[in-house]
This record gives sequence, structure tokens and C-alpha cells, in this order.
Amino acid sequence: MATTGILLVLFLYVHMAGNLKIFFGATPFDHYAHWLRTIGEPLLPQQWYLWIQRTVLTVAVIGHIAAATILARRARRARPVRYAHRPKVQGSYAARTMRWGGVIILLFVVYHILDLTTGTLNPVGSPGHPYANVVADFAPHRWYVTLFYALAVVAVGAHLRHGIFSAARTLGQRGARGEHVARVTALVLSIVLVAGFLSVPFAVITGLVN
Amino acid sequence: MNLKLRVWRQHGPDESGRMVTYAVEGISPDASFLEMLDVLNEKLILDGEDPIAFDHDCREGICGMCGMMINGVAHGPERATTTCQLHMRHFADGDTIDVEPWRAAAFPVVKDLVVDRGAFDRIIQAGGYITAPTGAAPDAHATPVPKPDADAAFEAATCIGCGACVAACPNGSAMLFTAAKVGHLGLLPQGQPERGARVLNMVAAQDDAGFGGCTNAGECTTVCPKGIPLTLIGRLNSDYRKALRKS
Amino acid sequence: MELYREGEPIRDEVAPDGPVETRWDRRKFAAKLVNPSNRRKLTVIVVGTGLAGGSAAATLAEAGYHVRSYCYQDSPRRAHSIAAQGGINAAKNYRNDGDSIYRLFYDTVKGGDFRSRESNVYRLAQVSANIIDQCVAQGVPFAREYGGLLDNRSFGGAQVSRTFYARGQTGQQLLLGAYQAMERQIAAGRIEMNARHEMLELIVVDGRARGIVVRDLVTGEVTTDFADAVVLASGGYGNVFFLSTNAKGCNVTATWRAHRKGALFANPCFTQIHPTCIPESGTHQSKLTLMSESLRNDGRVWVPQRAGDTRAPGDIPEDERDYYLERIYPAFGNLVPRDIASRAAKNVCDEGRGVGPGGLGVYLDFADAIGRLGRHAIEEKYGNLFEMYQRITGEDPYRVPMRIYPAVHYTMGGLWVDYDLQSTIPGLFVIGEANFSDHGANRLGASALMQGLADGYFVLPNTISDYLAAGPFDRLTEDHPAVAEAREAVTDRLARLLAVDGDRTVDSFHRELGHIMWEYCGMERTEEGLTKALGLVRGLRDEFWTRVKVPGTGEELNQNLEKAGRVADFFELAELMCVDALHRRESCGGHFRAESQTPDGEALRHDDEFSYVAAWEYAAEMPVLHKEPLDFEYVHPSTRSYK
Repeated sequence: MATTGILLVLFLYVHMAGNLKIFFGATPFDHYAHWLRTIGEPLLPQQWYLWIQRTVLTVAVIGHIAAATILARRARRARPVRYAHRPKVQGSYAARTMRWGGVIILLFVVYHILDLTTGTLNPVGSPGHPYANVVADFAPHRWYVTLFYALAVVAVGAHLRHGIFSAARTLGQRGARGEHVARVTALVLSIVLVAGFLSVPFAVITGLVN
Repeated sequence: MNLKLRVWRQHGPDESGRMVTYAVEGISPDASFLEMLDVLNEKLILDGEDPIAFDHDCREGICGMCGMMINGVAHGPERATTTCQLHMRHFADGDTIDVEPWRAAAFPVVKDLVVDRGAFDRIIQAGGYITAPTGAAPDAHATPVPKPDADAAFEAATCIGCGACVAACPNGSAMLFTAAKVGHLGLLPQGQPERGARVLNMVAAQDDAGFGGCTNAGECTTVCPKGIPLTLIGRLNSDYRKALRKS
Repeated sequence: MELYREGEPIRDEVAPDGPVETRWDRRKFAAKLVNPSNRRKLTVIVVGTGLAGGSAAATLAEAGYHVRSYCYQDSPRRAHSIAAQGGINAAKNYRNDGDSIYRLFYDTVKGGDFRSRESNVYRLAQVSANIIDQCVAQGVPFAREYGGLLDNRSFGGAQVSRTFYARGQTGQQLLLGAYQAMERQIAAGRIEMNARHEMLELIVVDGRARGIVVRDLVTGEVTTDFADAVVLASGGYGNVFFLSTNAKGCNVTATWRAHRKGALFANPCFTQIHPTCIPESGTHQSKLTLMSESLRNDGRVWVPQRAGDTRAPGDIPEDERDYYLERIYPAFGNLVPRDIASRAAKNVCDEGRGVGPGGLGVYLDFADAIGRLGRHAIEEKYGNLFEMYQRITGEDPYRVPMRIYPAVHYTMGGLWVDYDLQSTIPGLFVIGEANFSDHGANRLGASALMQGLADGYFVLPNTISDYLAAGPFDRLTEDHPAVAEAREAVTDRLARLLAVDGDRTVDSFHRELGHIMWEYCGMERTEEGLTKALGLVRGLRDEFWTRVKVPGTGEELNQNLEKAGRVADFFELAELMCVDALHRRESCGGHFRAESQTPDGEALRHDDEFSYVAAWEYAAEMPVLHKEPLDFEYVHPSTRSYK
């Protein structure tokens, strides 16, 4: 969980940084999107890097889900009879919601790819104009899309809040001070990520980006 | 105090159980939770009913024998407190209280609130010791132990093996229990020779017993009557990785 | 009315004489050994997994014997040794404060009020140092100083610092050490562990202890187990008082059954009452909780001067308080030994000056200490105890004085054993609190853990070989008449308990028995009270067998059936305790006969008449007393004075 999770977190951060390019305007943003397809040239043919990255990410996602499934199945086997009185949350809500949060994130990722990668579900869906696609996505009358996006991003934040700390613990973080640092780092990284990702639809709605 | 109790009744390991409602009356707020159950049992016996079976022994919070889920919380609402040390003043007159046994495949129900925690003993058998046959010991002062290590080892060693960590864990994991012993012995110089084998074997025994995996949810440490810290799980993970590399 | 018959005196035949310093070495050398390859052909049953039983089982298994262990708890780790708080004595002299084996020996004999054997106590002091080495090697996390060396503290009855400790949980840490050593042997297949099993009968064949009858507490199945020797490490019998600091399950059944089969029971009336326990809060009370004696270092004990004063403690002005320990014992003040502090508390409560519910409590006040040292210092020293007190009583001892009252804590009496720890039944060994040997009439603080581990790790494994060298003994079968008889005795008794089907619960009888014993055979005993108690106990016992109601069946987990069997044995023990207390017309250690006191109310021993161990033989009509005279060659009896 930890290794795949860390890969995915790294990707999310790069992804967020790229998103923020939108504040530089349509041309730089579209140019950035185009550049993604040319990374590695001329050593690699066009889009090869992108496909390598996509493969790595897909493997990471599958690995992450597989590990989660194994853990969930083990958990189910470890407690075949449930409590009649549902146990109160004694740890954190973030930790308790990892599994359902993960499912929501997965559903979102599928939609997100169909929306902004393939353009299938995008109102504009113009392959060469991601800026326009994004702006169209978060148009005020499509509030439900924005809401879904925001919910998914918050879910990612909650997921990361526990996930980053948990990864540190799994990889052997073992001091009390370190635990505090890991928890604070996880919280800060999650908040930054959520803020970064939410800033785009916020900017579109408020007209900062149009 | 008058209370309504809903208690898990299950006659034997292979029988199905259910929650049964009882009214308990005239309980002193100074009574412990187990004393409240004693009062109920006395009444049940005289009424010709089967009294509720529950494990308990020292009734001073150290033997680890007692333990039950009280309103969905292992050992009840007071932090750092075993069921026997929980007093009725923490409840209000007229409360409904749900009482259930620890739920884990590795802790099968024996009867009512009594479960079999033999899996914990099997984890210890796998390596939760230092091989030091009687008579073979050097002088106690032969190896100084830095005070911080000795204190940390002690903190880990205060685990009473009650099983609340497993009961509270959303995954039914015994990681905190195992980590406490791995940490206790791994922090002391005497525990070094067997450190690698110990962690590998104890984790294997824990998995064999049918406990779930750890997701660092931290519910265990919250309900732990001795406050065994979650950091010990990180220590176990780190020891485990090092041992794997060497093996 | 005759209460007992006097039989032949008894002597410890195996203890060597000569210089006390070399007796243990000479005994070890004289004892026969068992060849390592023969050891695995020999089986030893160990009943109980506390400090004594756990350490013995592990050590015997390490030596190569085949061991089968039994405990009534769900895991050997839960035996009641785990609840010991204070510490363990050892004559290490790490403090360079003049400690030595001889001084520990001296303190223990004196502390026991000259009613223990010099040979045994000396050996205990000798092996004490090895215990600490052994426990450290096992990973017991004793308290340490910044240099990394072990810390010591001082304890009651000693002028040196020789007590090793692990915060307030020394018993827990030592027991886990023994438990882990046991688990290692279980994994190696050399110990077969039977948790949730209770020994209900001893099997004696041709005069030798050859096995036990046990009940599986989960299935109710009654089975027999045979061995070449049986070791009882089943603890003390403080629960005869119902309310005590013992665990709820602690019982006398194993030793009492052995007593009925011929093992002598020594000094049953020697019980220790600990002065600082949390008082009863009502009729629901199921047990009493000890607060470490160390609290008396800073707390001041007082009661109102006037009887029936119901004002809150803070409203009682200084000049209307009676700091009675400081008044009566100006030299030791609040730090007088356990027996003296306990009796003084009882006296003021008897005068109607007790505080709290039922008037059974005295104040232990930290106001002065907090004023002098500051709250922080008190928190540092006693924080966990204050928390425990607050958790149980709901009162904040930083603001309101604690209420304390004495409670039964330890029983010095037990099955009679010789120097080899063998009872009067060959092949039956008794170790730890279950035997009587080392503490005399009063146990010093931090000595119980020492004795349990000394017996289990170092003494028994060396002496049992002398007996086992004659083995393996003939194989037994289920149809041997002695085996069948023992098994039937158990099943019959269980059936009888279930058949009464009366109208009173087991607990109600136990509570009433405890009340009688506490009242008449507790802190202060009189001829009149003990005679009355005997009548009351017998009457209650008869009522028990006609009115007790045990629900359920014998073929299941039936906690009331377990309790009923234990309480039935407590009735019989209670009678013997009263007889023993009646016959010993002197005050010594924990046994205070009101008729035998100095003009100022202190215990008065009669060494000319009572310098012996009272070893009782079971007989249906009346017990038979065998006296074992005590000789003091090294520590000469003197009067304890704490004024």
C-alpha cells in the first residue's frame, strides 16, 4: 500500500502543479498540455513517455487496489460476526473511511479520464484545447459536476491525510516526535493538494479563469 | 441507578447468539461495571435463569482477563481503563447499555461474553521471549541498559494481553499486541540476538492465527487500557523489514 | 469442647544442620540427581502458573523433564502474581549500604516474628541475588538509573535499599518473564499447557502423589492426569474472607484437596492484613484494591477526635483531628509495620471514629505534603496511585484526603513442606504462597515475589530430582482403584452441588462466610469470638449444603459451579483457621490475640509455649495437631518495638 501510494501521491502533486498553469492563461496551459506529449523527445518517440507514465500509474493503481482488497478481505475474515452496536470511531475518520473513500476516488478517476483525457464526457471535448475543456467543465450551470469534483478532491485529501501518515508508519517511522511530524506533514500535504486542485474550479466559477 | 442492558447471549461456541434485554435496578454509582453484572447475575440465578458468563479475575486492571464491548467501545467509555475499573458513575440513570464480546475470528466466543484468546499465547510462543535458561544468567549489572531504553521497554511491556486492541481494530488486527512484545524485547540489549527471528516468527504466527492486517487506523491505542503507543507498530515494521533483508 | 487432638511432633528431616551458610550447598550435593537422558521419561504436573508455578514449570522443562501445567485462567499470564505492585527484595548490596545475605536473612526472620525456619529463610536470602540476574537476562524491564544500572528502593521492615522494582507493576513484569520462559517451552513441546482447567482432587497411589483430577472449565469434562510428581503452586487462601485484594478466582481448593488426602496444613491462621486499601463503598463490593504502602511515606493518617463526627474532612479543624499513629508511635509514626497500622485503624473505627460509608475508613491526608513539597512533587511520586484512587472512588485525593482501610492481602500459612519443599505426601511438592515455609507469622514487603521465584527457579528444580531419581514409577491406568475413587469423588461432589437447587446464591454464602471470618478471625482475635465463629461457620456450611442454588449443568462453562466448589472448601478451611487461631494463645505477626498483649496494647509472643509450626492433619471428626519446634541458632527472638 505504502509504495504504490507514494507513487500516486507524487503523481498527484505533479498533476496539481500542472493544473495551476491554468492561472497563466490559455496559451501556456495548452502548451503545457501539449508538452506532456513530447517529454523524452527526441530520445523517445512522441507520447511514449506519457504512455510509460500511464502504465506505471495504472500498475500502481492496480497494486494499490489489490493490496487494499487483500487487506479488506483479511479484515472481513478476521471478524466474521459483526458488532450489533456499531463500534464508535476511536481513531480518525480519515482512517475509517479509507475504503469507501478509495472507491469514490476510483469512480471519480474513471469519470475524470473520460472527461478531460478522452473528452468523451466533456461538453467541449476538443483534444487540442484543454483550457477550453476545463472552463466548459466548471461552467456555473454544470454545478453538479463541480460539486462532484470538489467532493472527490476532498475525498482524496482525507485519503491522503491518513495514507501519508500510514505509509510513513508502514515504512518504519517509529518515534513519538516522528509520529507527530508525520501526522502534521500528512495534514499539510493533504490541505495543500486539496487547495491546489480546488483552486481551478473556484477560479472558473468566480471568473478568474474564463 | 436503573439501567437497561442489552447483552450478547450465546450458549456455546457453535451456537448462534443474540442480544437479550435486561433491566437492572438499584445500582450504586460507586459499583464497577462488573459488580453491576454481578448484581444482575444474582438476580438471574434466583429467577431460575442462566447467569451471564464473563471473564474476570483480578478486578484491579492488571490481569487482562476481563473485557467487553460496551456501547461499541472496547472496555467502555473511560480512556485507559479496563472493564473492571470502569465505574457506573460514568453512566446516567436510565441509560441503555449494549454489551458484546470481543469479535474476532481468532477469538472465538466460548460462551456469552467469554472468548478464547489462546491466539495471543501462540504469538508469544512463536518468539515473544528471550532464551535465557535458568541458571545461565550473568550478573544483573553485567550489561547496563540506558534508562530511556529501559523506560521505553517497560512502557511496551505493560501490555496486559486483554485483546481490546483486536476488538477495536476495524481490521481485527493484533498488530499492537505483537508490536508491544517485539518492542519490549527489541529495546533491551538482552533481546538483540533473537531480534530478527523474533519479529519474523511472531508476525507469521499472528497471520496464521487469522488476525487481520494493520492499516495504522490507531483505534487500538485509543482503547488500550495501558496506552501502548502506536509508534511500536512502526518499530515492528522497521524491525521486520531489516530482518527480511537479512534472511 | 475438644477442638483438636495433638499428635506426634513433626520434624523437617531433610534440612541439613551445621553452619547455616552452607546448608543449601550441602543439601544440593546430597540430593540425588537424574541423568539428563532419563529426565524426559519423567513427568511432573504443575498446578498454577504464577511466579512459583510458572518459573518452576519453565525451569523443569528446560532441565528436560516433561511438564504438564494447569491454570484456571484463560492464559498462564494472568495468575494473580501479576497484581503485585511494590517490588522484589534481593541481597545484592548494589547500594553499598551494608546489605548482605545475612542481613536479609535477619530482617526476614525478625519480620516474620520468629515463627519461620532459619534454614529456609537463609536459603531464600542466598538465592535472592540469582533471581535478579535471571530476570534481567529474560528481559524484565526493572527501573534503572541514568548510568544504566538497576535502581533500588527501600521498603518496610528494612533499613537498607534492596528492593528492585518496575514502577508499580513489578509482579506483572516478573510474571511475564516467567510466562515467556514457559511459552518457549510450550513451543518446544516440553510443557503441555492446560488453561481453563481446575484441579479438583489429588490422586495418591501407594502413599505417593501420582496425579490429579481436573475439570475442563469450558466443557465441564472431568479427567485424570498421571505423573511422577505433582507440584502445587496454587497460591494463597485470602479469599476465605470474600473481600480481599486477591483475584476473584483465587482459591484453596488444590491445597485443601491435598490436605484432605493427607498433606499437613501449617499455620492456617497466619494471614496478612494490609493497611492501605481502598475501603468498601457498598454491598455490591466484590473485591478490595490495594494502594501501595509507599503512600504512608508522605500521607498522614487521621480520624476525627469525636465519635460520630460526620463533617467533611476539610471542615474539621486541626485541633479536632487525631493523628493517631503519630500520637501512639512517635518514633515510627505513619511508617509502623503493616500489622500495627492495620490494627490501629480497626481500633479507631471500633471507637466509632471511622470515616466514609459504614464508618470503615480512616483518612490518609496529603495536604501537608502538598503544602511542603508542592503538588508537582506528589504527582511525580504517586501520580498513578492517585489516579487509581480517583478512578475507583470518584474523589480527587489532591483536594480531599484519601480514605483507606485494611484488607486481607496475603496468607503466610499453607501446606507444610520440608526443606525440599515436599509435603507430607511423598511426591507432592508445594511452592510459593501455597506453602507455609518462609514468612513465619508476618511477611515483609517485597518478599512474596522473592519467595515465589526462589522456589520455582532455584529451589524446587534442585530438590525434586532427589525424589524423581527413584522414578519413573509404575504406569497408572484409569481403572486403578485409587484413580477411580478420586475421579468419582469429584463427579459426586459436582453432582451434589448441582442437586441442592436451593434458594441462596453461592456468592451470598461466600459473602457471609467472609464477614464471619473478618469479624472474628481478622485483625483481632479473641477466644470468645473465635468460638462463636466456629459455630457460625459450621452452621453456615450446613446451610450451604441444603440451600445453595447452582444454576446450569456440569457439562458446560459454569462459573457458579466453579465458585460453589471453591466456597465449599473455604468453609472447611475457615474452621481449621479458627481452630488454629484458638489454639495459638499468643499474639505474633499477623495473628493478634486480644488476650495476649502488653499493657500498652502491643502483640505479646509466648516463645516458651508457641515457638513451633502448627501443622494440622485432616481427620473427619477433629483435626490433629503436629508441632514442628522452631530453633533459632542465629537470630534470637526479641520483641519488636516501633514506639
